Amino acid sequence: MRVQRLAAVAAIATLGFGLAACGKSGTPTATPGNGASSGAAGTGDQCVSSGANLTPAGNVSLTGSPTYDKVKSGGKVVVGVKADQPNLGYKDASGNRCGFDIEIAQLVAAKLGVAKDKIEYKEIPSANRETAIKGGEIDYYVGTYSITDKRKADVAFAGPYFIAGQDLLVRKDDSSITGPDSLKGKKVCSASGSTPLQRVRDKKLTEDANISEFKTYSECVSQLLDKRVDAVTTDDAILKGYAAQNPSKLKVVGKPFSEEKYGIGLAHDDKALRDFVNDALAAAEKDGVWQKIYDGTLGKSGSSATVPPLERY
Amino acid sequence: MNTFLHTLTDNGELFWRGFKTTIELFLISAIGSLVLGTLLAAARVSPVPILRAVGMTYVQVLRNTPLTLIFAFLVFAGPKLDIGLEYFPSACVALIAYTSAFICEVVRAGVNTVSPGQAEAARALGMTFPQVTGQIVLPQAFRSIVPPLMSVLIAMLKNTTIAAGFSVVEAGAIPQYMSERGENQFATLIWIVIGFLLLIAPLVTLQRTLERKWGVAR
Repeated sequence: MRVQRLAAVAAIATLGFGLAACGKSGTPTATPGNGASSGAAGTGDQCVSSGANLTPAGNVSLTGSPTYDKVKSGGKVVVGVKADQPNLGYKDASGNRCGFDIEIAQLVAAKLGVAKDKIEYKEIPSANRETAIKGGEIDYYVGTYSITDKRKADVAFAGPYFIAGQDLLVRKDDSSITGPDSLKGKKVCSASGSTPLQRVRDKKLTEDANISEFKTYSECVSQLLDKRVDAVTTDDAILKGYAAQNPSKLKVVGKPFSEEKYGIGLAHDDKALRDFVNDALAAAEKDGVWQKIYDGTLGKSGSSATVPPLERY
Repeated sequence: MNTFLHTLTDNGELFWRGFKTTIELFLISAIGSLVLGTLLAAARVSPVPILRAVGMTYVQVLRNTPLTLIFAFLVFAGPKLDIGLEYFPSACVALIAYTSAFICEVVRAGVNTVSPGQAEAARALGMTFPQVTGQIVLPQAFRSIVPPLMSVLIAMLKNTTIAAGFSVVEAGAIPQYMSERGENQFATLIWIVIGFLLLIAPLVTLQRTLERKWGVAR
């Protein structure tokens, strides 16, 4: 009798844990991908590069840049990146990195004559970016880093290499949301306390009770797939990354209602390097490498993007 | 010191909204888990074997599952099983489900302090099981469990902060808002601690009052 009871408890406990495990795996990555075209990327976990040609340059003519002198003598470059944004700045389970920002970073490294395996990546939280660049902890930073006048006081920016804007990610079969003005009565999700969320609140795009917030965007995307919310909002670059992960179920609306210019963060006084990186971006935009990188990463979401004009200063 | 005060006064609306939700969560979950916990305790000491088994299984499963998992189950797995609860009710359900397992055990411990002679005497008078439990045993049991019961409730008050990760903007969500606003994190956390101390003070007073009122010399 006693043994039987124990067995029953064990069985129910196992069931409970099994269900709990479901809760944990309820992330969008668990949804089966879209098959052939990007089978690996569909599962969201394995990194696939865009295949753009990023061979290191043979002879680099860059003088007067303390950062480059350090790179040349050390034989490696230290890049600040993000690691939790699929198809943008991502690190998969086996430690490979991929995404639009990552490949832009690799592109710059290649122009500096540094091979891919000589790049050292450092994940720098958004709040520490200026400190990391100023302190020389990283040589440059590529990771949804918006160019603002306030930041220009501390660091320099090359670029912009991408113009993002707050947009909406919705289910592919949902045609009722066409832009920020059609959000009334719809449930909107974003990261807790974030600027995009505050903008939705301030502009009264939807009722307060319809705003939900989670710590990460992947949790919002999971709620979107489960029809608990109707839209996820933040910079379109981030949203396109999720749409590219699951193009058969998600789409980006494509009506941005803010403008963020993503730049490459550099040491404030290293003008030589800034001009060099701008030249590198200009070349990549001209010879189609930029487009190839985009198509192989964020472009898989189905939305297109145009090359932004550089803002040299 | 000035910046410290301004951290609170400049964001008063955020702190107010956060702690208000915390209080709502706490009150609903406290009442819910006291009721459910007591019912479970009654089931666990009842003469019906199936009720005892249900009570024991419930306690073992819920008490041994991390609270975050219960939240995640309701919010992320729930929709896949067509359990369509809103976020605030989900948080209440998670807190009640988890806390009632602890309350059940505390109440059961209290029941065990009541001499079996009491229940036997009541039964001899012809009282039914609900009458014996509700009128004889539980009132005496509650008297001895005031301190551990308050500890469970205080723990639950602090557990409400987990809801911040599941789309309920309560006190636990304040730090994230404040960091986005560029406010001092240290001052923010100190103010949240002060807030919780203020919330716990009435619970401690209630515990003292009840102990004084219900205390008996044995």
